Amino acid sequence: MSDLSELRQQTAGLVDAAASADAAARKLSIWQRLARNQSVVIGGAVMAVMLLVAIMAPFLGTMDPAEINPAWRNKVPGTELTDTAADGSQGWVYRMGTDTLGRDTYSRVIYGTRVSLIVGLSVAGLSIAIGLVVGLISGYVRWLDGIIMRVMDGLMAIPGILLAIALVSLSSAGLDTVILAITIPEVPRVVRLVRSIVLSIREEPYVEAAISVGTRLPLLLIRHVLPNTVAPLIVMGTYIVASAILVEAILSFLGVGIPPEIPTWGNIMAEGRLLFRIFPHNILFPGLFLAVTVLAVNMLGDGLRDTLDPRLEKRM
Amino acid sequence: MRRLAATIPVLGMVALFVFLMLRMTPGDPAAVLAGDNGTPQQIAEIRETLGLDEPILVQLGIWFGDLLQGDLGQSYFFKKDVTELILLRVEPTVALAITTLVITVLVAVPIGVIAAYRHGTWLDRCVMGFSVFGFSVPVFVVGYILIYLFAMQFKMFPVQGYKELADGFWPFIHRLILPSITLSVIYIALIARITRASVLEVLGEDYIRTAYAKGLPNRVVLLRHALRNAAVPIVTVIGIGVALLISGVVVTESVYNIPGLGRLTVDAVLGRDYPTIQAVILVFSGVYVLINLLIDLTYSFLDPRIRY
Repeated sequence: MSDLSELRQQTAGLVDAAASADAAARKLSIWQRLARNQSVVIGGAVMAVMLLVAIMAPFLGTMDPAEINPAWRNKVPGTELTDTAADGSQGWVYRMGTDTLGRDTYSRVIYGTRVSLIVGLSVAGLSIAIGLVVGLISGYVRWLDGIIMRVMDGLMAIPGILLAIALVSLSSAGLDTVILAITIPEVPRVVRLVRSIVLSIREEPYVEAAISVGTRLPLLLIRHVLPNTVAPLIVMGTYIVASAILVEAILSFLGVGIPPEIPTWGNIMAEGRLLFRIFPHNILFPGLFLAVTVLAVNMLGDGLRDTLDPRLEKRM
Repeated sequence: MRRLAATIPVLGMVALFVFLMLRMTPGDPAAVLAGDNGTPQQIAEIRETLGLDEPILVQLGIWFGDLLQGDLGQSYFFKKDVTELILLRVEPTVALAITTLVITVLVAVPIGVIAAYRHGTWLDRCVMGFSVFGFSVPVFVVGYILIYLFAMQFKMFPVQGYKELADGFWPFIHRLILPSITLSVIYIALIARITRASVLEVLGEDYIRTAYAKGLPNRVVLLRHALRNAAVPIVTVIGIGVALLISGVVVTESVYNIPGLGRLTVDAVLGRDYPTIQAVILVFSGVYVLINLLIDLTYSFLDPRIRY
């Protein structure tokens, strides 16, 4: 008798434990699940730091990134400025050395964070906005679908960086031109993703139900189709941020991107190319910042994908 | 055959884009070709020979006809036929692409298979870590780090430059090793990841268990049973990755001072040499589309169930 009650107690405990674990897993909000994903936490933290660096750039012990100090050209990292700087400060330390014009590499790298993040975020925002609209149209307006998809196939057949380089060469280089030139090659991928989601959603019973009660197309798209695209687009947008930052750096490095007087990681490296053999710091420091940032964004993307929508891996 | 027909509109679309870009470029091509001392009459003559005074649709027709005959126009900057210019620059780029491809396949496929076989171990995690890393470190940073280590510190390779195959095989390959390794990093990351994923999927199949059950050694199961069945997605991604390779070529050639098509592209952009830019885009896109077509055609060889 006592055995039986003991057994019952034990099993009850087991069932309880199982039930509570199950409930706990179900009760976890999306935020809690994200917080449990290592990639999201590490990638997100590094990105947060980079964002802070970009916003706080003037307060991080930087000088004017454009300030030229001819007496202090090509200094190795750690060189101390012994005479008075232009702003009257003394005892300045060139933490990352200076470039061929005597500009402080540390200040330029820190300010470069701004440009990279602005480019990454605007390209992601723009390409998703354009891709979403075009993709929804392509998925719902059947007669346009064929034309749109042929145009997208054509765009995708041109390797991204080449297309961006060619687009930049069409007009004078500036931040907005570069953003647009990087956005255009990214759009077709977003369009394809949105279109494939729309095509699978429109067969769902609840969409049919919505149509049968007389929901009009715009409302149908906003209320029933759009919510399904949010998770995949967040993931894709993160990957676009990473690739846009890389492409911007490559364009600047090749000398066809943002004008050289604006400090970007690519421009600093392009500048450092000439004297790389003697002064590698002008390539290594911005390169390090670039690599860490892109790595963090990619990790964030992988983590978001695994938490928000694991099926995406096959789709992209 | 149907697959072949599908590539034609894509190529046509690319050509149309390129033509539109050519027309959107600032400046009058005739004036540029005539040079700084060109008289209005000379400019008018060039306009006529180029057909620039015709309606835009006729121009499109002429341009497209020339294109099909392999005439890509005149370079503004080099004052030469673009076709000739491109042919001069093909060798270094093709050599770089082939050595990169060889290195990539030799490295990526084995580490992908091992990662899948040792799924979940530290070895697997290393391969996956490298894969994310390879995607994130820009080609030119890899290039400069390799130059710094192997060319400057250990002095194992020349820092930059290129030697033609005609100058002897060793100097040729010696100068190609570092650029190829540089370019292959991102490609290895991509291929290793897809190899791991598709082998992993195949390893769960019943026939793998059967193969082990009948006592076949690991090597045979992995290579003959697993890898062969996982080949289609791997080969597909190798094809898609050619776009990465092309983008990487442009950067790598600049880092290592290799006079190939990538350098030609950058020089053309810097010199605003629009006919050359457009020609290079056409050539690269055409190669990309054709390689993917060829790869699609190998599917029926890799997997006889697929037919066209």
